[in-house]
Amino acid sequence: MSLKAKLVQTIAASALVMGMSSAAMAESLRLGTEGAYPPFNYIESNGEIAGFDVEIGLELCKRIGADCEVVAQDWDGIIPGLIANKYDFIIASMFITEERKKQVDFTDPYYLAAMTHMVPKGSEIKEFTNDALKDVIIGAQSGTTQADYIEQMYPDADIRLYPTQDEVNLDMASGRIDMQVGDMLPLLDWSTTDDGACCELAGEPITDPAFVGEGVGIAVRQEDDDLRERLNKALQEIRADGTYKKINDKYFTIDVYTMK
Amino acid sequence: MNPIEIMVSYWPRMLDGTLMTLKLTILGALIAGAISPWLALVRSHGSLIAQTPIRIYVSFVRGTPILAQLFLVFYGSGQFRPELMELGLWNFFRDPFNCAILVFVLNSTAYQTEIMRGGIQGVNLGEIEAAKAIGMTRMTILRRVIFPHAYRIAWPALSNEIILLMKASALASVVTVFDIMGRTRQIFSKTFDFSIYLWAALIYLAITSLFVFGWHRIERRLNRHILPRNNANAVS
Repeated sequence: MSLKAKLVQTIAASALVMGMSSAAMAESLRLGTEGAYPPFNYIESNGEIAGFDVEIGLELCKRIGADCEVVAQDWDGIIPGLIANKYDFIIASMFITEERKKQVDFTDPYYLAAMTHMVPKGSEIKEFTNDALKDVIIGAQSGTTQADYIEQMYPDADIRLYPTQDEVNLDMASGRIDMQVGDMLPLLDWSTTDDGACCELAGEPITDPAFVGEGVGIAVRQEDDDLRERLNKALQEIRADGTYKKINDKYFTIDVYTMK
Repeated sequence: MNPIEIMVSYWPRMLDGTLMTLKLTILGALIAGAISPWLALVRSHGSLIAQTPIRIYVSFVRGTPILAQLFLVFYGSGQFRPELMELGLWNFFRDPFNCAILVFVLNSTAYQTEIMRGGIQGVNLGEIEAAKAIGMTRMTILRRVIFPHAYRIAWPALSNEIILLMKASALASVVTVFDIMGRTRQIFSKTFDFSIYLWAALIYLAITSLFVFGWHRIERRLNRHILPRNNANAVS
């Protein structure tokens, strides 16, 4: 082989190696979210998935040196989708509960959770017990902790379960349901919109750990301990250097990490 | 959890869903079945002016997905609450079951009308003329000549439509009416066990099989004046 040919071969080989290594450097991950849960995750008018969850998720990706692609998945199938490897972690305002821990592992909470009752303004519902709510029409999103909550706490109520929170809100505004139970922050956010002006939060926040768990975490597959550790570390980092607060303040008036 | 355990712990919900599916299908098919023959009569023998609204209605219903119709009626009616209250209709539209039934009836009526139209147009003109010749009134001709023949012709297609309606009822859970499919998804989101979908498929299959069996029996009865002759032909 001539020297020239050898040289060409070497250059070509090294270019290949360099190309491979730069591809390997940015690990690519897929971030699963629901996309129907404003302000945490929602689809913008241009089709992009945005929201608090998504921004935190993408920031964490940056910190762990990964290129992340955002994938939207309906809530009912969001955990099976993770297990089936349709994405690598879920950041979708998911409460850390014992039931879910059987299927997936969670990072440390990235914000604290509370649920709340919501009624139309001027509603006569003041008391939140099974007796007081007998035959009252209560709405919630199906497959959520709030749906479990109303099924267990108010079994005699007329329970309506909707595919997404948006539809619960739609029927709350139209007066088809007398009350709903939902996550505190999205409902607080919704009550400031035109549609949400119909209604107000009522009663004490629901913080029973049996239902809301330890907070809201990022779900990963049970074998992905390494990813979970890296996400935890990145979460501490963005908490410490103020990036978390910057994102937080874009969406909320209180610090959702401490709920204060 | 194995497939048996899942059914043992969740059968009340599945039963509840099955009853809801049956209720939606039977009520929907019956009401549609009571309206569609009359629309079909107009559609095949009425004047052009009488036919036009039916044609528009049928092409609208057949040209749009039933899911879109369900959303339109359910969430759409919510937007017109003050107007509906004024008309005294809000109580009807407030209940998701009523909205679901309304959509299924509207949908099935359109399809059944077209099927019945085919049946009515398939009736031998000679028989109608014969009936007129012996002095039957219009109602009697309808009752004794046109409808018996039309149903005999339309019967297999009607069973198809009712089976499709039953499967379409799986959409009702998007408006909070929990049929078999809604309950299945609900159980799945608690257990993450796919075997519940298998149970759902088996329940649907069982309902369809029973229905087809019964429907076929009626079909034989409707054709009883033809069957023996066919058999005799087969023998000779």
